[in-house]
Amino acid sequence: MRSTLRNLSFRALRVWQRDADVYFTTWKTEFLPPLLEPILYVLAFGLGLGQLIHHVVYNGHALGYLEFMAPGIVAVAIMFWSFFESTFASYVRMYYQKTFDAILATPLLVEDVILGELLWATSKAMIAATIMLGVLGALGLVAWPTGLWVVPIAFFGGLLFSAIGLLFTSMVKTISQFNVPMFTIIMPMFTFGGTFFPIDILPRWALAVAWCLPLTHVAFLTRSAILGDASPHLWVSAVYVVAASLALAAVALARMKRRLVP
Amino acid sequence: MNGLPNEPAIAARDLCKAYSGVDAVRGVSFDVAPGEVVGFLGPNGAGKTTTVRMISCFLPPTSGSATVYGVDVRSRPRDVKRMLGICPQEDNLDPDFDVLKNLLAYGRYFGIPGREIRARAERLLDFVQLGDRKKSAVQELSGGMKRRLVLARALLNEPRVLILDEPTTGLDPQARHAIWTRLRGLRATGVTVLLTTHYMEEAAQLCDRVIVVDHGRVLMDGSPASLVEREVGHTVVEAWNYEPTFAAFLGSLPGRLEEVGDRLYFYPAAGDHVERLLDERFPGQERLIRRATLEDVFLKLTGRALRD
Ligand SMILES: Nc1ncnc2c1ncn2[C@@H]1O[C@H](COP(=O)(O)OP(=O)(O)O)[C@@H](O)[C@H]1O
Ligand SMILES: [Mg+2]
Repeated sequence: MRSTLRNLSFRALRVWQRDADVYFTTWKTEFLPPLLEPILYVLAFGLGLGQLIHHVVYNGHALGYLEFMAPGIVAVAIMFWSFFESTFASYVRMYYQKTFDAILATPLLVEDVILGELLWATSKAMIAATIMLGVLGALGLVAWPTGLWVVPIAFFGGLLFSAIGLLFTSMVKTISQFNVPMFTIIMPMFTFGGTFFPIDILPRWALAVAWCLPLTHVAFLTRSAILGDASPHLWVSAVYVVAASLALAAVALARMKRRLVP
Repeated sequence: MNGLPNEPAIAARDLCKAYSGVDAVRGVSFDVAPGEVVGFLGPNGAGKTTTVRMISCFLPPTSGSATVYGVDVRSRPRDVKRMLGICPQEDNLDPDFDVLKNLLAYGRYFGIPGREIRARAERLLDFVQLGDRKKSAVQELSGGMKRRLVLARALLNEPRVLILDEPTTGLDPQARHAIWTRLRGLRATGVTVLLTTHYMEEAAQLCDRVIVVDHGRVLMDGSPASLVEREVGHTVVEAWNYEPTFAAFLGSLPGRLEEVGDRLYFYPAAGDHVERLLDERFPGQERLIRRATLEDVFLKLTGRALRD
């Protein structure tokens, strides 16, 4: 473990750069989903569901449903983009394209490759979150300047979900096995992670479970930033996300190294 | 980093690699001198890839050591890999990039400045005759073109040692000869080459020295000509449609007799008069008398049993 950390270097940015190059050669299509996604959600929830639920009670005061939900979809985007990139996309590069193998013939070490992949998946979450923040801002749903906190939140949140994703990439035997974490971890967070309804309406036991989920904390942070509404125990979520992201990144690094070096 | 004079370009000492349950390499030692072209020969599964991957820092040896110009592969992998040009057994070109971009991205991993990478890439693409395919997608290239691009990529960092793992396996004769021509061109530049192959002609064409391996061990090490001379002699007699008396006669001569299916192979200890002898005693016998080759050595050392 210690040698793993010692082997990390700025060269990881070369791996990041490779993935970024591929992404930006097709940026027009890559930017489309994070641009359209919030508009779709806002239309569906504004025109549809918002007619049924006029407001929710959040942090002690009433809030329009759209205002409540919009920061949640930013958190969900952070989770999905980084998780997809560090699972399916990283696996394709590692297993099918042998991209890691090619890079390892150069002065880069396994640690550089893994860290580069983590940082790239994190960057995808940051790009998506930033674009969505712009769209929501244009729709008048963001409080400025606190909304800008979304960028560092997307960094740590993105790192957290990238690390979870890469941990599974270090374990799966076939690409279809990603369905297991997808439906046992990611989808439950998507539905119960404080994105679509305030979790305090849950029964006590479910509330306790919800507060263990990383997405709950990421959503709490994006919501506080976008609404400009800091609650006193915000720091708990901040510490949770930063600590969990760094710890899981270290574990993912060690596990991936074991997979890549037989 | 330039090492001492007379220091070997590659020194492998008692290299071993055990995968879970499989002893792939079991004590391999050899030196490669600077500027030498050495062929690592062996049937499938002999341990060639495992050995070269230990030398090129992909795999940590289970035991033993290897150095490249005196630099230890375990303790200073980055420095070793800076000196190496690696052509892996499986093509791993980047399918997300076109031909030129494959080289440009690769050069960045070595920290070569952008303008310099570009100049080298242009030159190398011309060298491997892909100068007019710069913008092609990797998927559009033929097998031979991909292999040539991999070779160009391996040369991008101006390596002191080239490691080529089966550079021409699966290619048609034209593509194979195109690669050989380029490799012979490189010899003149003084680069050290370690190449694995199971094509004897490839080894005979390119290599100063061959190391025959099987079951993870070195069986023989020497120049192609000396190995042929030492292991099988000058001549080989192949015969078919023969009577038992013919086989018995050959068996009575000094040399080694081998029966494979319906074919007889005889490796005479002294070849000069065998032809005259056979003409006298068995004039109508269908047979071929030819020079012994590296392939005969290979089959003698590694047997005729099928691998894989
Ligand atoms: N990753 C691996 N895990 C387990 N066994 C392996 C692995 N790679 C190679 N082997 C085994 O090690 C032996 C040597 O393989 P290899 O070095 O690829 O041979 P060659 O390149 O000479 O064909 C073979 O028996 C092969 O099945
Ligand atoms: Mg091999």
